[in-house]
Amino acid sequence: MNPTWKILRRLFARRVVLAATLLLLAVVVVAVLVPWLSSADPSAMDISARLHKPSGEHWAGTDELGRDVALRIVHGARYSLLIGGVTSVGAVLLGTLLGLLAGYFRRLDAPLMRLVDAMMSFPDILLGIALVAILGPSLWNVVLALVIVYTPRVARVVRAATLVLRELLFVDAARALGVRTPWILWRHILPNLASPILVQLTFIFAYAILCEAGLSFLGVGVPPEIPTWGTMIAGSLDYADRALWVILYPGLAIVLTALSLQILGDGVRDLLDPKLRKAA
Amino acid sequence: MNAPASQEALPRLEVRNLSVAFGTAEGRVQSVAEVSFSMAPGQTLALVGESGSGKSVTSLSLMGLHARSARAEVAGEAWFVRRDGRRIDLLAQPESELRRLRGNEIAMVFQEPMTSLNPVLTVGEQIAESVRLHRGLDRRAALARAREMLELVEIPAAAQRLGEYPHQLSGGMRQRVMIALAMACEPSLLIADEPTTALDVTIQAQILALMGRLQKETGMTLLFVTHNLGVVAQYADQVAVMYAGRIVEAAPVHGLFAEPRHPYTQGLLACLPGMARHQGGDAAGPGRKRLRAIPGQVSSPLAPPPGCAFGPRCAQRLAACEQAMPELRSLPGQRQSRCLLSHEEVSA
Repeated sequence: MNPTWKILRRLFARRVVLAATLLLLAVVVVAVLVPWLSSADPSAMDISARLHKPSGEHWAGTDELGRDVALRIVHGARYSLLIGGVTSVGAVLLGTLLGLLAGYFRRLDAPLMRLVDAMMSFPDILLGIALVAILGPSLWNVVLALVIVYTPRVARVVRAATLVLRELLFVDAARALGVRTPWILWRHILPNLASPILVQLTFIFAYAILCEAGLSFLGVGVPPEIPTWGTMIAGSLDYADRALWVILYPGLAIVLTALSLQILGDGVRDLLDPKLRKAA
Repeated sequence: MNAPASQEALPRLEVRNLSVAFGTAEGRVQSVAEVSFSMAPGQTLALVGESGSGKSVTSLSLMGLHARSARAEVAGEAWFVRRDGRRIDLLAQPESELRRLRGNEIAMVFQEPMTSLNPVLTVGEQIAESVRLHRGLDRRAALARAREMLELVEIPAAAQRLGEYPHQLSGGMRQRVMIALAMACEPSLLIADEPTTALDVTIQAQILALMGRLQKETGMTLLFVTHNLGVVAQYADQVAVMYAGRIVEAAPVHGLFAEPRHPYTQGLLACLPGMARHQGGDAAGPGRKRLRAIPGQVSSPLAPPPGCAFGPRCAQRLAACEQAMPELRSLPGQRQSRCLLSHEEVSA
């Protein structure tokens, strides 16, 4: 059997992982394709249609300015996924670099890891608020703040794995072949780190979406005119007692997407963990 | 010294007064001291000793490959004759020069074939890496060379194995791959650090036969680090026995087994099951013979005895043994011993 197919079969042996993956795929596809599917402006206001109940015309109802909630959720997915994706990739790149250096070069270990510890001693959202307050609220500043928030987490995991790998004989064997240190890191250590890095990637994707929503909700995130799931909830919260749908549907979008990412991350972790592999 | 005429007579590797010490939390540990030996081209020298006797540290020092976490103080000289005839001191080379030598002119086979291959790279890629590094071959040529090497180490279906990962191979196959890896650039000195210890006995014999064949074909010099005296008797030309970081006896293999001069060597040989049978096994009743053991244990490297390191365990100990470390003195028959008894016999 095709090896890729085999891996996928093992990953999706648990139905919930398959369901989560399909849901994520659907979210991604809709988010990517929406500009081509509909020319409707998500920010188009219709004061005469304020806070309408979900109906055939407005699937998820309208908000306090008469904007279509369903359309805004779909457009919000673009921003939320963008923020989550760029944040997770950024944090993984930076964290892997730091973790690799700290784990392999003992001189760098203490200074780098004390810095990481200091960062990790702040709660995620608090550090995020502080950073956005310093950087100023804009989409890319939020991403930058989230990268800084989540980099230490990756660095810790990568450092721990590197510490184990560097003592393995194949690293000495590579040195005995005259391989240069940068090449050992790139070619011999890094590929062995693929599984913890991949797992971190999916988890941070989920955390970043949640944290962005939290920051936007607190008013220190993405500017309110950009429709992310967080800004939608933050903007419409005052009307929630009269029209629950204005926060219910964006909230559901956040919960389902983050949950699906977590489940997928768990699935990937189980797949790559050799200790669990035999049981599967 | 660099005259081409004398090149053949020069030893491939000549180690003079190698000593290695490590700084540890408990104090300075003299791991290897006063180690000198020389190896003629094409010869096999077995470095024998128990765990912690300094044999692996000796071989790693020659490669400049101490654990990066260890603070090693290395002193002495190790003169190596390169392919181009230049004679260099390995211990005085900068890291960049050593890197050019490693895997190219001096290669190493490690003890654990299970962990000495990278689990995420294919066998072919790993062999090709060394060839690309030292010979500057492109990917395709390097893979062709890798395949050639796999065939050389008698791996069946070499072309198919090239694309396999280490976990798909058995322990014996992996050690063959390690040997292929080490031999890919045709080194003139191969250091094998207990290459067969982790393998079962039939595979051991195959691997040893393979190494013997390759040595004969390529004329490489082999430094064989082991604690297996049976292997030594069969494959080595010269033997150096190490105890507590020093060479206590060095001799051609036949001389050593026929007539061990140092009490430690005598004790080691008496421990062998085959030897016990020859000696008639005085310790047990008829039928089953009890194996002999050397009493006591190795003294702590943090607090070595003032005299002979083996003194506290030696049945033939003299008063002078506790005064000072005996020197390694030459005896007739191209051998050396670090024991006052054997020194006396000669002068008497």
